[in-house]
Amino acid sequence: MTMIRVENLKKSFGNLEVIKDMSTVVEEKEVICVIGPSGSGKSTFLRCLNRLEEITGGHVYIENVDITDPKVDINQIRQDVGMVFQQFNLFPHKSVLENVVLAPMKVKKSDRKASEQKAYELLDKVGLREKAKAYPGELSGGQKQRVAIARALAMDPKIMLFDEPTSALDPEMVGDVLDVMKQLAREGMTMVVVTHEMGFAAEMGDRVLFIDGGYIVEENVPKELFGNPQHERTKAFLSKVL
Amino acid sequence: MQRAGVRCIFLCKGDRCMDTIVNAFPYLMEGLQVTLYIFAIAIVFGFLIGLVVALFRLAPLKILNWIAKIFVDAIRGTPFIVQLFFIYFGLNSLDFISLDSTTAGIVTVAINAGAYFSEIIRAGIQSIDKGQTEAARSLGLNSTQNMRYVILPQAFRRMLPTITNQAIISLKDTSLLSVIGVADLTQEGRIQASATFDAFNVYLILGIIYFVIIYLLSMLASFVERKFVLR
Ligand SMILES: Nc1ncnc2c1ncn2[C@@H]1O[C@H](COP(=O)(O)OP(=O)(O)O)[C@@H](O)[C@H]1O
Ligand SMILES: [Mg+2]
Repeated sequence: MTMIRVENLKKSFGNLEVIKDMSTVVEEKEVICVIGPSGSGKSTFLRCLNRLEEITGGHVYIENVDITDPKVDINQIRQDVGMVFQQFNLFPHKSVLENVVLAPMKVKKSDRKASEQKAYELLDKVGLREKAKAYPGELSGGQKQRVAIARALAMDPKIMLFDEPTSALDPEMVGDVLDVMKQLAREGMTMVVVTHEMGFAAEMGDRVLFIDGGYIVEENVPKELFGNPQHERTKAFLSKVL
Repeated sequence: MQRAGVRCIFLCKGDRCMDTIVNAFPYLMEGLQVTLYIFAIAIVFGFLIGLVVALFRLAPLKILNWIAKIFVDAIRGTPFIVQLFFIYFGLNSLDFISLDSTTAGIVTVAINAGAYFSEIIRAGIQSIDKGQTEAARSLGLNSTQNMRYVILPQAFRRMLPTITNQAIISLKDTSLLSVIGVADLTQEGRIQASATFDAFNVYLILGIIYFVIIYLLSMLASFVERKFVLR
């Protein structure tokens, strides 16, 4: 089943044309890694997939629903599309547990008991059950990011979007977060991951997209894209980061 | 009621200060009750006005932005006493409006505080990192839920010192209501000053009472602040 279909996506900020023309398809249970130079529009591309950015042109279908249609209930769509941010964006005034149960309780109207039970299961999964009553300010970066993942998973999303989830972390914390993501991938979550972790992309990616200049320059299985890049720009980028 | 203070001056000339206190104090306490009553109602409505105007100001609809901006500019650009006269004398001169002085006073203080509160609340909302809204919206919260559960609770913690400041200014503004005859603390002070022929001591006591109330208000605010400190 096709989870995401991007057709001739365009996105401008004023006169700045960040995404000129991008098309791709993400099937169920696929892990797609997005790489590219800084400022090339990776975050913008990802944010168009749940319409955090208003889309300038083209179409994005989430499970065959065109989210560029103004009549679509975007809040409904977003319940199926979890997102994890580089800067975590936990709610600092709420405990870890309250962060995780907020959306299930307020959006899905599930009762507190069921929401908390689910939250504890998810915190177990990311290894942070004992931090349930802590506040985000008391956590390390790696712990914050794992809470953010649990918070997104609490809505039972069918797709997870990750925007450089390990870029703001101290090196010793990166592994814990990547482990959680790998486990999620193995469990069959459909994932789109913007990352600079080429190791993760090579190991977990079903496909890797290389973005530059407003286009998807190259899209291939990691072995081919990393081992045998076809385009000059891909080669130049990889020679810098590998 | 008998002007006890007047009689007293003849009775105990040597100990004027104590007499003034003893005689004027009950009247001042009555005035204080009126002041606190007016302040409490006006500040609650002022806050609600401020919240609505701030949300208008930040709404996606241009017409709402304009209404909010005109309101705030009008209040900020005119003296409190003129606003008071406009509402009490101006509006009352219309056939279909009849406000007693206390009501007119409450309305004026509430509207005036509302304009200043709205600017404080707007700045507070805008000071919250955009990532908070993005996280909330990506979880499926609509914009109202985002405001209510994510943005406003954080913004209020941040705004508390400025809100307290404005509340103190509004409390002091209520003393101007004596000009239209509201029997507030300042009005009682004026009456007692002439009744006791001891303006020095009456106004000194009046100042001390305002000072103590404002001091307690600040203490309450910093207690609340410490209790809800942003983690
Ligand atoms: N809200 C915005 N307003 C204006 N320009 C933006 C905005 N968001 C991103 N941009 C610009 O779009 C380009 C791509 O940004 P981004 O998608 O964040 O790149 P990447 O994630 O690949 O580093 C950059 O030039 C950035 O300055
Ligand atoms: Mg980015």
